[in-house]
Amino acid sequence: MPVNETLSQLSDWSYGSATAIYMLAVVLFLAQQAFGKRGAESAARAAERPRTVASAGPSDTGVGGTGVAGGTAPGSAPGSTATRRYSGTAERFGRMGVALTVLGVLLHLAALVLRGVATSRAPWGNMYEFIMALCLVAVVTWLVVLRKYTVRHLSAYVLLPVVVLLFLGGTLLYSTATPVQPALQSYWLVIHVSTAAVASGIFLIPGVASIGYLLQSAGERNPARFAAMTRVLPPKETLDRIAYRTTVFAFPLFTFGVIAGAIWAEAAWGRFWGWDPKETVSFITWVIYAAYLHARSTAGWRGDRAAVINILGFAVVVFNLFFINLVIAGLHSYAQVD
Amino acid sequence: MTGQHTGADAGQRYRGTPARRVLALARNTWRGLTSMRVALILLFLLAVAAFPGAVLPQRMVNDALVAEYIADHGWWGRLLDRLQFFDVYGSVWFSAIYLLLLVSLVGCLVPRSAEYLRSMRDRPVLTPRNLRRLPHYRQATLDVDADEVIARASTRLTGWRRVERTEPDGSRTISAERGYLRETGNLVFHFALLGLIIAFAVGHMYSYEGQVIVHADGSEFCNSGIYAYDTFNPGLTVDGTELTPFCVKVNDFEADYLPNGQPENYRADIEYQSGEDLDTGTWRPYELQVNHPLRTEGDRVYLLGHGFAPEFTVTFPDGQQRRQATQWRPNDQVTLLSDGATKFDPPGVTDATERRSNQIAVTGLFAPTAHFDGAVLSSANADLLDPAVAVDVMRGDLGIDSGYGQSIFEIDENMVEQGKLERVARENLRLGEELELDDGTRIAFDGVQRWASLQVSHDPTQQWVLAFSIVMLAGLAASLTIKRRRIWIRVTPDGGTRSVVALGGLARTDQAGYGEEFTRIATELLGDAERPAHDGTEGERS
Repeated sequence: MPVNETLSQLSDWSYGSATAIYMLAVVLFLAQQAFGKRGAESAARAAERPRTVASAGPSDTGVGGTGVAGGTAPGSAPGSTATRRYSGTAERFGRMGVALTVLGVLLHLAALVLRGVATSRAPWGNMYEFIMALCLVAVVTWLVVLRKYTVRHLSAYVLLPVVVLLFLGGTLLYSTATPVQPALQSYWLVIHVSTAAVASGIFLIPGVASIGYLLQSAGERNPARFAAMTRVLPPKETLDRIAYRTTVFAFPLFTFGVIAGAIWAEAAWGRFWGWDPKETVSFITWVIYAAYLHARSTAGWRGDRAAVINILGFAVVVFNLFFINLVIAGLHSYAQVD
Repeated sequence: MTGQHTGADAGQRYRGTPARRVLALARNTWRGLTSMRVALILLFLLAVAAFPGAVLPQRMVNDALVAEYIADHGWWGRLLDRLQFFDVYGSVWFSAIYLLLLVSLVGCLVPRSAEYLRSMRDRPVLTPRNLRRLPHYRQATLDVDADEVIARASTRLTGWRRVERTEPDGSRTISAERGYLRETGNLVFHFALLGLIIAFAVGHMYSYEGQVIVHADGSEFCNSGIYAYDTFNPGLTVDGTELTPFCVKVNDFEADYLPNGQPENYRADIEYQSGEDLDTGTWRPYELQVNHPLRTEGDRVYLLGHGFAPEFTVTFPDGQQRRQATQWRPNDQVTLLSDGATKFDPPGVTDATERRSNQIAVTGLFAPTAHFDGAVLSSANADLLDPAVAVDVMRGDLGIDSGYGQSIFEIDENMVEQGKLERVARENLRLGEELELDDGTRIAFDGVQRWASLQVSHDPTQQWVLAFSIVMLAGLAASLTIKRRRIWIRVTPDGGTRSVVALGGLARTDQAGYGEEFTRIATELLGDAERPAHDGTEGERS
């Protein structure tokens, strides 16, 4: 099947534009945070009324004093006029950020689809394409999270790793659009690799949320630590909940991805499991996230320890993506870095 | 945690009877082992222990890489070897961890299953005296009598397991609970995991895997014993007898490449017979491709790779000809530049000594698409476009009769060192060219054959592993998406037709999100009556 050069060129342009737009969104989100900081402080002071509410009713997001102080109860009246003014500016930046992120997602999606059409196959046949798919999932997941929780001002911290990944993917790991080798010509490419990309992409969100959790937790023990961050972060219960819910969603997907991979390996390599480096690290990832789920329901392991385990889980996902693909030769060596 | 609170007195009392002390030790060990804390630590150890297998070469994956690693790293390599770091998944320490984890799992599952069976028969628990203290709470006074409220609530809570009770003070309550499937899913997941591990282990006892190179010229391979294979990896109880009988004939092999040399498609045109066909001699055709193994009689035949066998014709001075095509092995998987040794016996020589001084070996490199850098041959493409060989012709004693086995890809270097085997020519030959030795022997490179490398795999338990993993996934999905939650309703008559209705809710697991459902139910039952301050908050824990 010949490669359509025009479409592949368009795909590359969309990819570049999406990355740039995400970068711009990061700037806007950071601006929201900067402008919203003082607003957040006064809002927090004003909000020292009832207990702050952790979980947001989904219907309440997007209105009222969202975004500025994640700790305020959704739908509750904003505090002083000062809050409203500061948060007004911040709010505007935040909304522009979300709008740009959505635009970025559309371009990102276009890049992926065009790549697929250009090569007439599933557009995740090498590392560049895999990272493209993974990042798309991460951003889309984050947009879904934004609908449920008032954490818009955290978007910068989610988009930043995404931009870094996209940048690395587009420069160092870029590969031109080509058909894939015989071992990859299977409908399992669609099933296995897409679930792997989706699960890994979602795992980015709990990873970031758990880092936030640890910062908040450290700030609670000693208010002087990470004060600049703890002021703007939502309460750690919210972060914990975001981390848990996204992990719980991604974990069965990841499990399915590994099982699908085993089924494919049985057809392609002659055995369903052979401790290939990628298989091994996927197994380790699975065990770590399993440990996270257990830790979260074990007294004494909730909270900080669970958060650490979750971060470790994502670290292993990244390790699996980069180190195993690029450094260690295994059966999964499909990176195809030009 | 457990067992530590046996006070000093209790310790004194037990000290007298050693049997009890042993029993106590065993019990405490068991409790410790089956506690979640220890299970978590074991899970971590498992992850950590599996890690070296990802970064260090493993014997079961690539023996040659391991040997190379050990050779390159001196004492460090030897130490790692002694500590079984090159056989991580069969090592003592890895096995110890997962066996302990298995014990821990069983120890956790048994009481949990008992508890589960009990809870399936139990009625929802009594309504707490003070619903206000629950994480979810709403109260309202309604203008209807208690019967009406209870009836309405019962209808709303269809699908919940519920029980109605009347308290001594005349209040009526409903205790309702839902989400039992969560625990069902949880147990199903863990039992399936156990089954998967057992099936995996049993598979390692009875499975085998063998690789063989078959020329793509109608050559046959029969699964009749270990001797038929080039390499064979048996499971622990496999001795090579009683392999599933079947035969495979490779008629042709084709490979398509893109202009840039990237392979696009491999296929081997094969025929096979198995089962009854063996008696009737029927051959059935099959197109063997990567990702499309031949499945027959519970065994699978895979197309692993391919390569070339250059064909040489040796014309001896007396005019006799010998033609041979021995497989050469690719030493570059991208360009398929191959090396090997094609060995000839002089024809019609009966005297062993004379024969041994006139054996000929053609060794060197083969390139499917030749690229000469000066006189140095390399391959530009894996496709068979312009084949050429760069060969050394060796004459003398090949050492085939020495009693030692030798590789079909190499000559015995010892023979060269001992001076029994000498190089008599070195030349590059394109297809159809020939060279002549000093004694008038002519060697022609006059053809190229292809070979396919096949793998036969046998694993009687792999369907079980698949079945268990599917059940596991279903259990996992149920246990992670279903919430076990309780709701209590207390209706206290307030004069004639009014009743004070209090609702309390509790999610029994740390699953978030019950608040939304509770709010919905409460709103339906109580209307938009005033909300208490902490309505909508989530219980941090159950």
